[in-house]
Amino acid sequence: MNEELKTILLDTLKSTFGIDIVSVESPYDFITITVKKDKVVEIVSHLYDHEKLQFQFLTDLTASHYPDDKEQLEVVYHLHSLVNNIRVRIKARLSIGTPEIATLTGVFAGANWMERETFDNLGVIFKGHPNLKRILNVDDMIIFPLRKEFPLEDQVRLDKNDTMFGR
Amino acid sequence: MSTIKIAEPPNGIEGPGFFATSLDAAVGMARKNSLWPLPFATSCCGIEFMATMASTYDLGRFGAERLSFSPRQADLLMVMGTISKKMGPVLRQVYEQMAEPKWVLSMGACASSGGIFDTYSVLQGIDRIIPVDVYIPGCPPRPEQVLDGILKIQELVQNESLRRRDSTEYKAMLQEYGME
Repeated sequence: MNEELKTILLDTLKSTFGIDIVSVESPYDFITITVKKDKVVEIVSHLYDHEKLQFQFLTDLTASHYPDDKEQLEVVYHLHSLVNNIRVRIKARLSIGTPEIATLTGVFAGANWMERETFDNLGVIFKGHPNLKRILNVDDMIIFPLRKEFPLEDQVRLDKNDTMFGR
Repeated sequence: MSTIKIAEPPNGIEGPGFFATSLDAAVGMARKNSLWPLPFATSCCGIEFMATMASTYDLGRFGAERLSFSPRQADLLMVMGTISKKMGPVLRQVYEQMAEPKWVLSMGACASSGGIFDTYSVLQGIDRIIPVDVYIPGCPPRPEQVLDGILKIQELVQNESLRRRDSTEYKAMLQEYGME
């Protein structure tokens, strides 16, 4: 990543949001910034409006589940600056008891379906989302299938049993 | 000289100017050789089906080249490919919209059993929601296997009694699927 832009990015974040930045990493030269969950929308808007950086494209919005961590859910935002052709990844941790975070639909209209998908699969509740309901799975599903406590495999298969597959 | 073959007539009594046979046999022969399939193709099995319809394999040779994209006019529902749980009610509705008599052919591992997609989002075999007459194994099956499946369907169609759909067994089978 362009060193000059990288410096601008880190400087503006540190000066504006200093204590809200939990950590900054750069795995595979991809700047990854973990922030406090209450500040995500503010930080993303800041990067969107920044004169030089202009992160105005939301590539992806998803989440992961780390069952062994204290704060088990991690929401991930991928932003792209089309003008500078640079990307940044923003992460925020949520506890599984109150998996709530503010919606990003105010900044990116495209976040609407991505947040619905994240809710559908992992049960992250995006506060203020205009239509937070399941999008990919059947409406009457009662689990959040990508959380680790739920088995990936459908439990009704008759042709896979222990004698044949060691399941 | 033409190589076109016409269907063998059923057993009957023939004389000058008349031919007598049973209604079952005459109707069975007619139905067998004029199936209107409804292709419900959701993935790679659908591509193999396209090959089956094209010139090399040519399903038209068996009188089934007229695909019906309206369930109301179709005789044979061909389910080809992975059916997700969300697609299940759609497939069921298509089946219910078809007029009797109707047959179902399940093509490939996914439609028949879920196949490799043993996962929370995929229906583990369409026979969980609709009755199936013939299963074609394979992933995906070769067009020859599809033709073989169609021949098996034709055999069922030809030999089906006209009263089978009124039988208590048939109604009980539908009841098991929660229909009618």
